[in-house]
Amino acid sequence: MTGSTSQLRIVVVGNGMVGHHFVEQMVQQSVACDITVLSSEGRLAYDRVHLSSYFTGSSAEDLALTTEQTYQDWGVNFVTNAMVSNIDREGKTVSANGVTYPYDVLVLATGSYPFVPPIPGNDQDHCLVYRTIEDLEAIESSARQSKVGVVVGGGLLGLEAANALKQAGLETHVVEFAPQLMAVQLDPAGGDLLRGKIEDLGVQVHTQKATQSIEAGESCRYRMVFADGTFLETDLILFSAGIRPSDALARQHELAVGERGGIVVDNHCVTSDPSIYAIGECALWENRIFGLVAPGYTMARVAATTISGGDLAFTGADMSTKLKLMGVEVGSIGDAHGRTPGALAFTYHNQAKGIYKKLVVDAAQKKVIGAVLVGDTSDYDTLLQYSLNDIALPEYPESLILPSAGEAPSLGADALPDTATICSCHNVAKIDIVGAIDAGCCSLGDVKSSTKASTGCGGCAALLKNVVDRELEKRGVEVSKALCEHFNHTRQELYHIVKVEGIRSFDELLEGHGEGLGCDICKPVVGSILASVWNDYVLDPKHLPLQDTNDTYLGNMQKDGTYSIVPRIAGGEITPQKLIVLGQVAEKYNLYTKITGGQRIDLFGARVDQLPDIWQELVDAGFETGHAYAKAVRTVKSCVGSTWCRYGVQDSVGKAIDIENRYKGLRAPHKLKFAVSGCTRECAEAQSKDIGVIATENGWNLYVCGNGGMKPRHADLFATDLDSETLIRYIDRILMFYVKTADRLQRTSVWMDNLEGGLEYLKSVVIDDALGLGAELEAQMQHVVDAYQCEWKTTLESEQSRKRFRQFVNTQGTDSNIQFVTEREQIRPATEAEKRSGEARIPVEIV
Amino acid sequence: MQVKVDYVPEWHDVCAESDLVPNSGVCALIEEQQIALFAVKLEGEQKVFAISNWDPIGKANVMYRGILGSVKGDPVVASPLYKEHYSLTSGQCVEREDASVMVFDIKLENGRVWVAV
Repeated sequence: MTGSTSQLRIVVVGNGMVGHHFVEQMVQQSVACDITVLSSEGRLAYDRVHLSSYFTGSSAEDLALTTEQTYQDWGVNFVTNAMVSNIDREGKTVSANGVTYPYDVLVLATGSYPFVPPIPGNDQDHCLVYRTIEDLEAIESSARQSKVGVVVGGGLLGLEAANALKQAGLETHVVEFAPQLMAVQLDPAGGDLLRGKIEDLGVQVHTQKATQSIEAGESCRYRMVFADGTFLETDLILFSAGIRPSDALARQHELAVGERGGIVVDNHCVTSDPSIYAIGECALWENRIFGLVAPGYTMARVAATTISGGDLAFTGADMSTKLKLMGVEVGSIGDAHGRTPGALAFTYHNQAKGIYKKLVVDAAQKKVIGAVLVGDTSDYDTLLQYSLNDIALPEYPESLILPSAGEAPSLGADALPDTATICSCHNVAKIDIVGAIDAGCCSLGDVKSSTKASTGCGGCAALLKNVVDRELEKRGVEVSKALCEHFNHTRQELYHIVKVEGIRSFDELLEGHGEGLGCDICKPVVGSILASVWNDYVLDPKHLPLQDTNDTYLGNMQKDGTYSIVPRIAGGEITPQKLIVLGQVAEKYNLYTKITGGQRIDLFGARVDQLPDIWQELVDAGFETGHAYAKAVRTVKSCVGSTWCRYGVQDSVGKAIDIENRYKGLRAPHKLKFAVSGCTRECAEAQSKDIGVIATENGWNLYVCGNGGMKPRHADLFATDLDSETLIRYIDRILMFYVKTADRLQRTSVWMDNLEGGLEYLKSVVIDDALGLGAELEAQMQHVVDAYQCEWKTTLESEQSRKRFRQFVNTQGTDSNIQFVTEREQIRPATEAEKRSGEARIPVEIV
Repeated sequence: MQVKVDYVPEWHDVCAESDLVPNSGVCALIEEQQIALFAVKLEGEQKVFAISNWDPIGKANVMYRGILGSVKGDPVVASPLYKEHYSLTSGQCVEREDASVMVFDIKLENGRVWVAV
């Protein structure tokens, strides 16, 4: 066999999602190893979680998680259709298809198989299961010769499978033994509501049915006879009644297995044989099988780390889930059934809207221990945080699930437990920050240098500042509100100074109100203020040095110094012709393409010197900048709305495009995201946006100050049934008031929470014009709207501006450190190791 | 016994003074080395600085695209990737003692920019 004796020989049996993840993790470890993968399937790993998308057009290639080429590039040996016949634990070899593979470490990632209940007649041609792509092919071919399909099992997978049958055009039934659907995750009331919703979608549900036999049918191929004497005729039967660990190999070779199956592993995923590991659904940890992919991935990491000599333990996994089943939102957290002794429940049931929420708290009413959400899972993230971190409940726990008819309690710095992770890049918890302050750090900068918090992606900067400020205040330290060492003012104060004194440049402001040279904190802040107040071209020579590199080069810098390009696609609406242009440009410049969350297309891997040429082609084709690089209004996401949708009540796309075109490029203290939904089903997820608009029969409901990201927050209902003119007037006023008064990098949600009086105060300012600012705010917004220009178009028109994009001031040429390799048929930045080994290639420009 | 070899940098005529961007950076390729050139107004006087363009923490050639500023009076550039500050005079990273960038001599003569590499 291949591999020298100095390398660790690892044989992996199974190449499902978890087995593949293990290989991926192992390749990244710095241990020299020789990996052989034995897969019983005909293809390498693919995405089983999204199997049902196979019926909506995804191909096996789309579902693939890797390619044979990638494994070859990694130097991983693999054998498909490999049937492992023997493990020689003494001699440490594995035999498959007549070949013997020696190992130092054997990893079993054999997964699970679908459980088929022992019903007479269950082995007929059109009795199928739902696990592999081959299963799907069998279902597809059977469905072509069938009119009616039945899924046996009303659990999570069963409903997924029912969706697949429905997609295939069959009259679909679900037969469940228990009295309700999803009995593991939901309580009876939640299960009932889910049943109603699924029946509304045309799937017939039969609960409390025990199938006794499968016989020949009269109107259909088969007849399922139930214990209660009733029957159901169908052409196709799909069993989805749970999974069983594939532990046959382990049993055969006398590894310890659980009473009800599963290969017993310890905290490091080691089986009863120290040279053999088991991970994923075949592994039994503390008498539990974990049938979700995330815990499987964790096990893969644990095994790879342990094998490489590192220290990582598997400590169980949270099995909370949030998903959409046939468009119905379902969430389940922790002890959903309230089985913990003394558990108390709060429920909210809105039959009219089809929403059910149950909050389960402990006997002392101190913490969240479980929850059930059907029809609306917007509270899921918050509830999960409460449950995972044992955060103390608010005074009225029910406020966590009731529709926000006022102030929804938000989590402030003090509410976070000591163990809450603040910076996930460097794994810094709140207690580490408190410790650093106790040890003498007395500023945000000190805390950052000492703990490294917020020095990775920087996404936690605002949260970190909150925690530090709060901790310093508690210790009686007067927290300076100064922006940085150069200005002894807040952003809001600087905004007023700029406005009142008519200041038009950074130097002018620094001279009159600051000291030193400025820095990367105050310069972009002042740049943003100048842009919001005057809306000058951001690359005007006097503003240029103020901008972050993203603003300077009008692109998003990536880790290798290249940029990504996001043209504006207002409302997510794009013509086929423009899509073709994007494809052609990406192909010509060899850019990696990815769809963004804001319904746009991101083109990655452009060198700074390529940006003007690329944008010239985009501008010529009618595109304009998307401001993805700026703290500005980004996108207005929309659902398709009443134009096409059966349920839509207003033209949400048209409204989204109007709104996006009005506010595009508005500079703000933080990026802003909007959305417009065409009906109350809320497909555009407007309630997770800074500005969310939802169509009603009578007009538009306006939601404000929501956000996704690190600390998701649900938007608050601001006003209902607005006509278009009032809607725009309110948005004008809200945005301008935010731009004028918010702190640096302060999101709309935090800004509003910090306004004294919060939402009610904001309403009084905007709706009742309590400050008499309304007309002024609108006029300022109109000025900004009128002064809009596409920054790329302006840049391309000036030879001087184009010069900025040269890589070198003294010679032609490009940065030789930018190198790419191919992954999933597209480029990605080469790793340092790949660059050293010369595997990477420098991009070749096609002229 | 140690043999000490002194490496003597050589002056290179790189570009025109007008190629520099006030209070911002450009990049030059000199002897196969990428060097970031900055023009900073210090106490009313135009000063120029040259440091390596390689970001030792972000591991990419990007330093010239950072924002200029000062920390306690010392002119610095902030890495555009992870925002660490590097002294333009010493090359020392402000946040991390173990990180620094090379600093090169630079001068202006008759409207030309000269760098010693």
